[in-house]
Amino acid sequence: MATKSYNDELNNRIDKIISGGHQKYHDKLIQSNKLFVRDRLSLLFDDGTYEEDGKFANCEAEDLPADGVVTAIGKIGGQNVCVMANDSTVKAGSWGYRTVEKIIRIQETAQKLQVPLLYLVDSAGARITDQLEMFPGRRGAGRIFHNQVNLSGSVPQICILFGPSAAGGAYIPAFCDVVIMVEGNASMYLGSPRMAEKVIGEKVSLEEMGGAKMHCTISGCGDILATSEQQAIKYAKTYLSYFGANYKEKPKLLERKPPIQGRSIVEIIPENQNTPFDMYELIDQLIDENSFFEIKKLFAPELITGLARIDGQVIGIIANQPKVKGGVLFVDSADKAAKFIQLCDAYSIPLLFLADVPGFMIGTKVERAGIIRHGAKFISAMSSATVPKISVIVRKAYGAGLYAMCGPAFEPDVCIALPTAQIAVMGPEAAVNAVYSNKIEQIENPKERIKFVKEKIEEYKKEIDLYKLASEQVIDEIVAPTNLRDTLSKRFCYYASKEISLPSRKHPVFPV
Amino acid sequence: MFEIKAQMAGTIFEVCVKEGDAVSSGQTVLILESMKMEIPIEAEADGTVAKINVAEGDFVDEEDVLVVLA
Repeated sequence: MATKSYNDELNNRIDKIISGGHQKYHDKLIQSNKLFVRDRLSLLFDDGTYEEDGKFANCEAEDLPADGVVTAIGKIGGQNVCVMANDSTVKAGSWGYRTVEKIIRIQETAQKLQVPLLYLVDSAGARITDQLEMFPGRRGAGRIFHNQVNLSGSVPQICILFGPSAAGGAYIPAFCDVVIMVEGNASMYLGSPRMAEKVIGEKVSLEEMGGAKMHCTISGCGDILATSEQQAIKYAKTYLSYFGANYKEKPKLLERKPPIQGRSIVEIIPENQNTPFDMYELIDQLIDENSFFEIKKLFAPELITGLARIDGQVIGIIANQPKVKGGVLFVDSADKAAKFIQLCDAYSIPLLFLADVPGFMIGTKVERAGIIRHGAKFISAMSSATVPKISVIVRKAYGAGLYAMCGPAFEPDVCIALPTAQIAVMGPEAAVNAVYSNKIEQIENPKERIKFVKEKIEEYKKEIDLYKLASEQVIDEIVAPTNLRDTLSKRFCYYASKEISLPSRKHPVFPV
Repeated sequence: MFEIKAQMAGTIFEVCVKEGDAVSSGQTVLILESMKMEIPIEAEADGTVAKINVAEGDFVDEEDVLVVLA
């Protein structure tokens, strides 16, 4: 009898804890199309099962089940992972000191086990009443971020943002490798709209200032915009399938699949260098069907970054998009590329650069925004990446655009040109205008002027002729578009054993 | 009212619509020349062209309003 009563007490306590906060907060979840934290976890983990730690944290308090956060280990796609998940039915998912301690402990577990860590964020931030215990000290909230920084590049860290991540809490997504945001509910901000109005006098809506769409299109704090919680969870699972468990493991090789049916690359690329085309269409012809997982699709779309597979091998693609802003590189595109290259390099994902780039943007606006130091980030990340790197010059690669897209000087394992490639400091028209501007102005007869410019452009084109560049060994190979996928597949396979020892130093001074 | 803005600084290469034309989302309304590239500027919504603020050859800065749709 005695044993039974012990068990009853345990079961009663567990039932109470796993039911979360007050019913009215559960009703609120339903109203805003949100799932209860434990339902999210059931969707996330294989078979919906997981092992939980710290379930009884703060169980002596009446209304703080699990102290507002679930921390657990389970499997996703057969891979062991650690998870922390806020419970917004418990004091709006706010952090008390036990909440923080639980988060710190699951981080320590992920570190010890060397497995990916997912943060399912839905939290109003610090519990002000607990601030002395949870905010400033050695195992206060700051430690969460310190641990994130230390885990970065060691194990994948993924954030799914279901609700707010306010003030200090907003740094959890900021330190993750990737942030998936649920449109309409996710938000990220240092000061709420109410605080902004009080402190700086600005009147603004939450969606406008810190909503998911804003962060995924304008600020770049979000990587993937999901339309529902279910979709966000699915994205997280798919993302993980491209990664090994940690930096020492290579991504899994999957069964090879043919590319999607479509126009050939020859048909896709227009003859006129200045006419745009859709780079997505070209990517589709190189990669396995339905294998493209795009990162930051809505942010700086003049540059495409995404994970994909070629004959089952995981690669990271960095491609200029001539259809948007002419494929010119801007401040944001440079940032986007730098982060993506670092992500791939950290987890042994080889890189494919597809170049069709007129260069970095010029003019007052971008100079004032520091395009040079942002461009330096891109080039620095690309240059220091030691994974296999293949650069393909699809069409033009002008100026520092060639450098950023892993031009020959940055030790790509191979620099391949398509027959449509054109490599130069600048395009023929710009170059002739730059070199002969005085002479062109002096020619009074308009017909003669046009004739002169045409002649010089032809001369210039001969100077940068592709076969001349190949003869000088600037490029390593010229490949027919129909053979490109095949050569990429074989070469990525050959380059898999690449090893580079880095110069002895603590770390480079990374341009920011 | 919907404003179509320049995504980047450049020169107007071609105006593809005239005032009063009906346009649909995704339709090219102007071509901007910048960095020696022809950059199509598309309507982001359906509407009727109420006002065209630029002519071929004009320099425009990023964020300048080029066309207003009603």
